[in-house]
Amino acid sequence: MTKKEIFKISAFKENSVWRQILGICSALAVTNLMVNSLIMGLGVIFALALSCFTISLLRSYTPRSIRMMVQTLIIAAYVIIVDIFLRAYIPVVSKQLGPYVGLIITNCILMGRAEAFASQNKPLDSLIDGLGAGVGYTLVLLVISFIRELFGFGSLFGIKVFGDWWTNWSIMVMAPSAFFILAMFIWVINVKYYKNKA
Amino acid sequence: MDISAFILFWAAIFTSNILLTNFLGMCSYLSVSREIESSFGLGISVIFVLTITTGLNWLVYRYILVPFDIIYLQYIVFIIVIAAFVQLLELIIERYAPALYYTLGIFLPLITVNCAIFGVSLFMVIRNYNFLQSIAYGAGSGIGWLMAIMMLAAIRRKLKEKLVPIGLQGVGISLIITGIMALAFVGFSGIVQVQ
Repeated sequence: MTKKEIFKISAFKENSVWRQILGICSALAVTNLMVNSLIMGLGVIFALALSCFTISLLRSYTPRSIRMMVQTLIIAAYVIIVDIFLRAYIPVVSKQLGPYVGLIITNCILMGRAEAFASQNKPLDSLIDGLGAGVGYTLVLLVISFIRELFGFGSLFGIKVFGDWWTNWSIMVMAPSAFFILAMFIWVINVKYYKNKA
Repeated sequence: MDISAFILFWAAIFTSNILLTNFLGMCSYLSVSREIESSFGLGISVIFVLTITTGLNWLVYRYILVPFDIIYLQYIVFIIVIAAFVQLLELIIERYAPALYYTLGIFLPLITVNCAIFGVSLFMVIRNYNFLQSIAYGAGSGIGWLMAIMMLAAIRRKLKEKLVPIGLQGVGISLIITGIMALAFVGFSGIVQVQ
């Protein structure tokens, strides 16, 4: 497989969210504002790509019996970097994201990619695979948050799009809408691209 | 936080249900809810592990991380505490209650990666709960999670004979059901506010 194919497969064809149903927690929780989703997505891309790279580098030195623990610790180390960085440079967003930055550690996407790809492939391929999965995840986040912010606040990235006549749909800011929108999104993707049952 | 532990316990079940309002523990919620029996087994293990690890993490945070000024290591330390506790629990159950091990044992490894466990520990730090509040919040969240997964499992069993659009089958319809459940739980949200 070429590097481009690896990227394409992990970002779109086998996308973690709509194909493998992983990482739903944060995909639902941070998507009420586009800025938050974008920053969360970038954080996941960073942590995912680099931890896949590191796990793959160490794959022949890691005893099989403790590999889960080693993988978790590597992921945790990168997530701590993301967390400290956000706290220092964008404290407002960091406060809004709250525990969900730390929860990247238990995001199933990271563990899933580490197990399925990084523990068997070369470091550079794993880096590309991690990047791809991260980009695919960010894409889903942005689509969901686009709908939620547009209708919930009448704005995109914090900039007002609709005028004063717009009444905010408060349901879009609350939890239930996230479930509905993700379900619709998965439905559309399934019907359009896979044409078989999920 | 000056909210009593008792109120917090009920709030964690109803008004700020860990799954329906904070979206934690979705992965195992979606995949295990196919069968009522396993949902119940997993739910019970979650309640147990959640209550105890929240207490443990509170002690570790208050008496180790804060005095030594290594709060930035909290993620790693919490994960290790949870993983170690689950491993220990597995050994104990296997040794002393083999019958229980066969019903609950398979769920224990799943719990380490359940983000609800880790998330509750993080919420406890962010919201500055005291020891009693943390335990109450942990237990309440566990019970809330069990309730949510049991409801979904029951509805999905009824749904087996129903016609669902092809693209929505499986995860899609489960998410919509969860959305409707969350909508119902929004009705509780005026009673007490924990943020």
